[in-house]
Amino acid sequence: MSTATTARPKTPGAPTKKSKITWPIVLLLIAGALVLVSAVGAATGNHGLTASGQINAALGAAVPIAMAGLGGLWSERAGVVNIGLEGMMVAGTFCGAWVGFLVNPWVGLLAGMAGGALGGLLHALVTVTFGVDHIVSGVGINLLIPGICAYVNRIYYRDYVANGAGANQSPPADSLPTITIPGLSDWLNDIEGHHWFLVSDVAGIVGGVVTDLSVVILIAAALIVASYFLLWRTVFGLRLRSCGENPTAAESLGVNVYKYKYFAVIASGAFAGLAGAYLSLVAAHFYKDGQTQGRGFIGLAAMIFGNWMPGGLAVGSGLFGFTDSLQLRDADNVHVLLLVIALAMGLLAMWHGYRRKYTTAVISLVVAGGLGLWYALTDSVERPLIVATPYVITLVVLALASQRLRPPKADGQIYRKGEGK
Amino acid sequence: MTSPNPAAKRSFASRFDGEKILLALAAPVLAVLLSLVICSALLAVSGKDPFDAFDVMIRYGTASDGQVLTLNRATVYYVAGCAAAFGFRMNLFNIGVEGQYRLGVLFAAYVGSQVDLPSFIQIPLLLVTAMLVGGLWASVAGLLKVYRGVSEVISTIMLNAIATAVVGLLLIPGRFAPAKSANANAIQTAPVSESSHFFSIETAGGTLWGFIFVAILIGVLFQFTLTRTRFGFDLRATGRSETAAKASGVNVKRMVLTSMAVSGAIAGLIGIPELLQSSFYFGQSIQLNLGFIGISVALLGRNSPIGIAFSALLFAFLDVSGTQLPLHGDYPQEIVLVMQGTIVICVVVAYELVRRYGLKRQQQKVGAELAAQAAAAANKEVAA
Repeated sequence: MSTATTARPKTPGAPTKKSKITWPIVLLLIAGALVLVSAVGAATGNHGLTASGQINAALGAAVPIAMAGLGGLWSERAGVVNIGLEGMMVAGTFCGAWVGFLVNPWVGLLAGMAGGALGGLLHALVTVTFGVDHIVSGVGINLLIPGICAYVNRIYYRDYVANGAGANQSPPADSLPTITIPGLSDWLNDIEGHHWFLVSDVAGIVGGVVTDLSVVILIAAALIVASYFLLWRTVFGLRLRSCGENPTAAESLGVNVYKYKYFAVIASGAFAGLAGAYLSLVAAHFYKDGQTQGRGFIGLAAMIFGNWMPGGLAVGSGLFGFTDSLQLRDADNVHVLLLVIALAMGLLAMWHGYRRKYTTAVISLVVAGGLGLWYALTDSVERPLIVATPYVITLVVLALASQRLRPPKADGQIYRKGEGK
Repeated sequence: MTSPNPAAKRSFASRFDGEKILLALAAPVLAVLLSLVICSALLAVSGKDPFDAFDVMIRYGTASDGQVLTLNRATVYYVAGCAAAFGFRMNLFNIGVEGQYRLGVLFAAYVGSQVDLPSFIQIPLLLVTAMLVGGLWASVAGLLKVYRGVSEVISTIMLNAIATAVVGLLLIPGRFAPAKSANANAIQTAPVSESSHFFSIETAGGTLWGFIFVAILIGVLFQFTLTRTRFGFDLRATGRSETAAKASGVNVKRMVLTSMAVSGAIAGLIGIPELLQSSFYFGQSIQLNLGFIGISVALLGRNSPIGIAFSALLFAFLDVSGTQLPLHGDYPQEIVLVMQGTIVICVVVAYELVRRYGLKRQQQKVGAELAAQAAAAANKEVAA
């Protein structure tokens, strides 16, 4: 997923191209972005964007978003919109931290998934069986689950104050293991310190990936890949996706649409629960009210950003994770990022000019110039702006690419059994 | 199908209407009861006495100070409910009420702190400011939907987050907040001028906000627009079926833009009673999540102005009386959140079940009538 984060400056423009995005093009874009970032780093003397700490933080921030997004992907591919991811994530944070404290963090992860899955079951019951509007149900779940969690912890955490619990905070659970490749990590760290052009940047990125990497990040990456194979390479996946594209046709072919929808929405809840458990077991060691901070919604946005595909989802959550982690780190990094994006937009303008799409070229050029001026005239970027960046980017991408993004055809539609007969 | 006996037909019609009303009432009542059962179970399982807890809530809710607080809170919820419902009526899910009201009230607070005109100009000025800001912010989502086909659900969620950032940016001292604040820790705007204060009514139970009359006016205008104007007819038609509306000459694009803007404009007003009647400045103390409460209130009230009034009162009652729970007998106040959540989920499920039941009843009735007719025809044939 580190590739996802470095491809960032190019992604906003990518969907506007006519050609299909293939692997060589993706790799080329990543290489180009890397050169650009290195060049800017060398020119400004600020190497923060590719520092291993930054990459590590970005990866960590991307995981809950990616898992929430993966939940959204499963559910929407089966035709159920899941606005309730946020609530299911809260269930995950709560159950994860609680069982993580009582038993051990590994069981905590599973419990978080189970908690989220219960939320998914409720969503499935309301939307699939009772045929209620999906968004309405999601809003209700977002209201209900945090309420239940806040209520239960208010009662039970009181007995665990001696173990470090607070009024709205669970007692801390043990940590999950992290992976550091001993020789490699130090060696890369050493190279990174020299600030050689390109080499140090690559070292920083790779170093960020091999140092203090939580096992949950690996699990998350594996789940995304596994989801791709399961959904796009197996009969099961084909059937599940057919429920999101045309449930009537699926039913007439003998697919038990209700069963698949139930399965998908429960799985969706489990992924959201894992996202929550990550927050309360890896990002922190305890549960707190309001810990999710709207990440369920961001996950949904990352999924839409990624065109309802696992690869795009990974890129989207990488983007969100990267900007999310920027606000916690050195403010200068963001300032340098302005220059990177300005240059990237300038290159995009040249590309569009070459393809004789002059309107787009001029727009890109104006944006590039504006960002460049902004960089030249200011010393830092204000914090609220950093926080808002991913949302603004998502809106811009949606506005530019909405004709190219294609949600599952029957997404959000209420389906009743027997329509296929 | 013509009925052989006109008298029988009328009685049938009147009976069915009564049943219809009963069915319409059944859903919310069922939902509230179900939520009470679930919350009682939760309370009982956690070792608390549910009846005592409800008793505490009802006792406070029926006391005059509790009633005034409930009405004040319900005023806010009612406006929030109307804002969400206006979009819902056209199948527009304006999840962005949250961001729209925060920006609206921030700008109103700023203008109120900078301008000092006579009350009869000042207050309308602030209301218009809030509505304009809320409406414009919502229009972004409307424009994106109409011209770029972006789902308003996702764009308003994004806009909510961006609104939070915009509020943060504007509240940096020296912008909308005074450069030198009286309270160094709190980031807030200067208080609004004296002339911006909205009138209120002193009662035995405390201060009743005069804004309740504005809320009532909003409800009346809402109902009037929906049932008595061309726009309202188009809106409801588009909400029922977009293709049918398009076919009958409704400009759906313009409808989407207008209703999104109107929904946002109403949303802009949500924070106004708090601002002009109680806090007088915009700061950290502003109540969050009103947008989502508004959505729940609208759903519970079935998007009708009267229904929203009842559900706003219910939600306000739960909130206000819930604050008494920790004071009288160590009940966690959070049970109120559970209640509100279960009510919302139960009510949507209950509406669906009642709808299905009504449909089945209707089918049975038509079936029975057809069977009776067929039987009568057969009898005639036999007699002949």
